[in-house]
Amino acid sequence: MDLLKRFAAGDLDAFESLFRQHQGAVYRWIVRIVRDPAIAEDLTVETLWRAYKAHARFRPDGNFEAWLRRIGTNAALDHLRSKPAFVVLPDDIAAGPTPDVAEQNESRAAIRTALASLPARLRIVVQLGLIEEEPYCTIGNSLGISESAVKLRMFRAVRILRKKLRHWSARP
Amino acid sequence: MNDQELKELARKLREAVPPMGEPELRRDLWPDLLQKMNEPHLRVPWYDWLLLAASGLAAVLFPSLIPALLYHL
Repeated sequence: MDLLKRFAAGDLDAFESLFRQHQGAVYRWIVRIVRDPAIAEDLTVETLWRAYKAHARFRPDGNFEAWLRRIGTNAALDHLRSKPAFVVLPDDIAAGPTPDVAEQNESRAAIRTALASLPARLRIVVQLGLIEEEPYCTIGNSLGISESAVKLRMFRAVRILRKKLRHWSARP
Repeated sequence: MNDQELKELARKLREAVPPMGEPELRRDLWPDLLQKMNEPHLRVPWYDWLLLAASGLAAVLFPSLIPALLYHL
């Protein structure tokens, strides 16, 4: 019996093999969403745990990696919803000595704040689509929505971001 | 917003929030999963038990409160 069929039947050894094969890919996907390695590790475990609990619902002829990515995206979204604050990056703290650099840092901080203020379902689309440059179809599959729904969310997110950042672009 | 403006916004976003790229997992997470598997599945916090006990006691001592308790459930 192949690995996926054994997993679907609840075989723990098969699950361990699949876990070791896929943990890196799940982690890489989640860390792009939550942007924190420690949280991404916890959510990777949570994702694979949710997958194991749902083994009976997995069809062995299906795409295991895409299935895991979807579960992982949901776990990451749950995290974003429960903890909306954005991780402060080091260059927030290290303001440069010249006014130009200070203004640039201020502008970047404003962008991060605007991004953090987006609802989680829009923020995830911006992070994966515009920052990580993932294809819209991959984002759609991971969220369980169509490509056109991803474009619509992107449109809404960009409109909100532009509104929030308008005063920065209006500066001389 | 046209494609050019979208690309410009994406550029600014990537400057402010650099892409994570392809970070490698630093350790094997299987032991963490085994630990999670061995955790009790359902944990009810002590204050939930206290609330339940208080509600039960109130229902026994003051039966007229039952409709009000049911209303707030």
